[in-house]
Amino acid sequence: MGKNLYQKVWNDHLVGTLSNGQCQIFMALHLIHEVTSPQAFGMLKDKGLSVAYPERTFATVDHIIPTDDQSRPFQDEMADRMISVLAEATEAHGIEFFKPNSGAQGIVHVVGPELGLTQPGMTICCGDSHTSTHGAFGCIAFGIGTSQVRDVLASQTLAMDPLKVRRIEVTGSLGPGVTAKDVTLHIIRTLGVNGGVGYAYEYAGSVIEAMSMEERMTVCNMSIEGGARCGYINPDATTFDYLKDRERCPSGDAFDAAVQRWASYASDQDAEYDDVITIDGSAIEPTVTWGVTPGQAISVLDHVPDPKAVAGLDQELMTDALRYMQLEAGAPIAGTKIDVAFIGSCTNGRVSDFQAVAHAIKGHRVAAGVRAIAVPGSEKVDAEARALGIDRVLTEAGFEWRLPGCSMCLAMNPDKLVGDEVCASSSNRNFIGRQGSSTGRTILMSPIMVAAAAVEGCVADARVVFGLENR
Amino acid sequence: MSPVSQRSGRGVYVAGNDIDTDRIIPARFLKCVTFDELGPALFFDERFDSEGNSKGHILDAPQHAGASILISDVNFGCGSSREHAPQALQKFGIHVVIAETFAEIFQGNCTTLGIPCLKMVGEARQSLARLVGQFPEAELLIDLSAKSLTFANESFEFDMQESSREAFLLGRFDPLDELLVAKDRISGVANRLGGGSHQ
Repeated sequence: MGKNLYQKVWNDHLVGTLSNGQCQIFMALHLIHEVTSPQAFGMLKDKGLSVAYPERTFATVDHIIPTDDQSRPFQDEMADRMISVLAEATEAHGIEFFKPNSGAQGIVHVVGPELGLTQPGMTICCGDSHTSTHGAFGCIAFGIGTSQVRDVLASQTLAMDPLKVRRIEVTGSLGPGVTAKDVTLHIIRTLGVNGGVGYAYEYAGSVIEAMSMEERMTVCNMSIEGGARCGYINPDATTFDYLKDRERCPSGDAFDAAVQRWASYASDQDAEYDDVITIDGSAIEPTVTWGVTPGQAISVLDHVPDPKAVAGLDQELMTDALRYMQLEAGAPIAGTKIDVAFIGSCTNGRVSDFQAVAHAIKGHRVAAGVRAIAVPGSEKVDAEARALGIDRVLTEAGFEWRLPGCSMCLAMNPDKLVGDEVCASSSNRNFIGRQGSSTGRTILMSPIMVAAAAVEGCVADARVVFGLENR
Repeated sequence: MSPVSQRSGRGVYVAGNDIDTDRIIPARFLKCVTFDELGPALFFDERFDSEGNSKGHILDAPQHAGASILISDVNFGCGSSREHAPQALQKFGIHVVIAETFAEIFQGNCTTLGIPCLKMVGEARQSLARLVGQFPEAELLIDLSAKSLTFANESFEFDMQESSREAFLLGRFDPLDELLVAKDRISGVANRLGGGSHQ
């Protein structure tokens, strides 16, 4: 019987078995940022330990960095201090730090792939749940806590239990105006926000195979929102083409040799899975959330669900979600008024995301009263978008084009919702209070759906707004 | 680290499915370079309004003051990997969490910090939650080796991730010392895997 990618990568990085039965797994690549990692250096110091493999850890700053003015010191003293602590720690331990204005700074899950640090067959971890993004390259990539960041710094290994593997085949093909974001929201809506607990997701099928690397990253990014700590896609020609000529990838003959090795990690034809499910990709519509978890999602053509259709605690929680969102059961979700439009994040802050928006929005204007911001995922995304004139198209349409960072995805920087504002957001979480106001409301959707909402001033079908079906 | 086979304390039931770590500790409290001050920030936006006045959250109910065992529902701790969430729980005084299921990253973070995560199925948990509401002053007695919990003369069974339970019973829930023992084998794997992204 053949093996799946998860088993191959796991076995390849296995160091040994621990006394409690867990496996000790070597981490090929470790990424760190300013929010969850500086404390780990303090823990090392307390134990008198040093960093074992500094060449395998890379640092960036993304969560707290302002997107309007990045000159130091920041207005927020604590944010400034967090960057300073990370800068000092990385300097002291010989860890490469992609600092602001280095040309390489950005959201950790945008930076790793675009530099070519992320390579097939690796184990990758980071103190950030969206590390699942890197699974798009055929990696076992997952989020960890700060104590585990400490473990990796000190030993380059983690104590882990193996996950089961669920293969999700998305068949058929996507309709015009239906994107990778709609696919992932649809999967989470179908399997539930805890459906993936205990599993790694292997995404496959014609829809996934046809996706670009950036689209695949969007899908893998949201694995954690479905409860799956990691999600991956088998490496193929699309993966290798993306990696060719990347700064930190091998080149020349070494690249060809690497491709051979990378390809060997892909799941075997006769690989076994703990579960296999099929989703009809052709039936997926542009999808938006109505509630306070990413699984509370519906087609943009649908109506807000009625709590009376469920019972007990579920009914209570659904009623609470609708009350928080100030939505009425049975009302069409299209037409829900928005105040803010946000395009960015590790889910949808890459060049192709902004390119799709620029393509659609040309000749349209952001509706009066809507605050619209576009935040590139990295300095490289920013530079490339500017070179392509994307920033100009978005600015002319009424978006603000900002400097790179996580921004309004989690609002640890000055970009926040105010009061109970509604935000059409290309990010990954619509949790209560997620976007910086304890009463703020988030509606998750794809970048072009955010653009459509920005133009109409309310949730709207991008296919209709931008005539995508006729192209 | 000493072995942990029993825990006891008073309980409090925080109802809800999919209670995410943003709710357990809102992102603005993550602006810190140590975890020391996180206790008071636990569930902050659920407990206090924008002026800092209490909203009468169950954690602040006088009868539950000093409770150290938190009971919740399905998929507790989902979302962000922030260790700040279990750190805030611990600093607030919580040293056991009971739920139907846990998000994996959260559960792993709790184990390393020494907070056992007990999984209890719907009906039993609901009945325990009700009893804890009725007898807030009574102590829950938890036995990790027998996977049993006693409260108000009733006995409850729970489940637990086996490796985590074993780690508590062995007193090795913080794995770092054991990870470091394998130095030579680690460098063997590192050498075999080669440079990767760091040419």
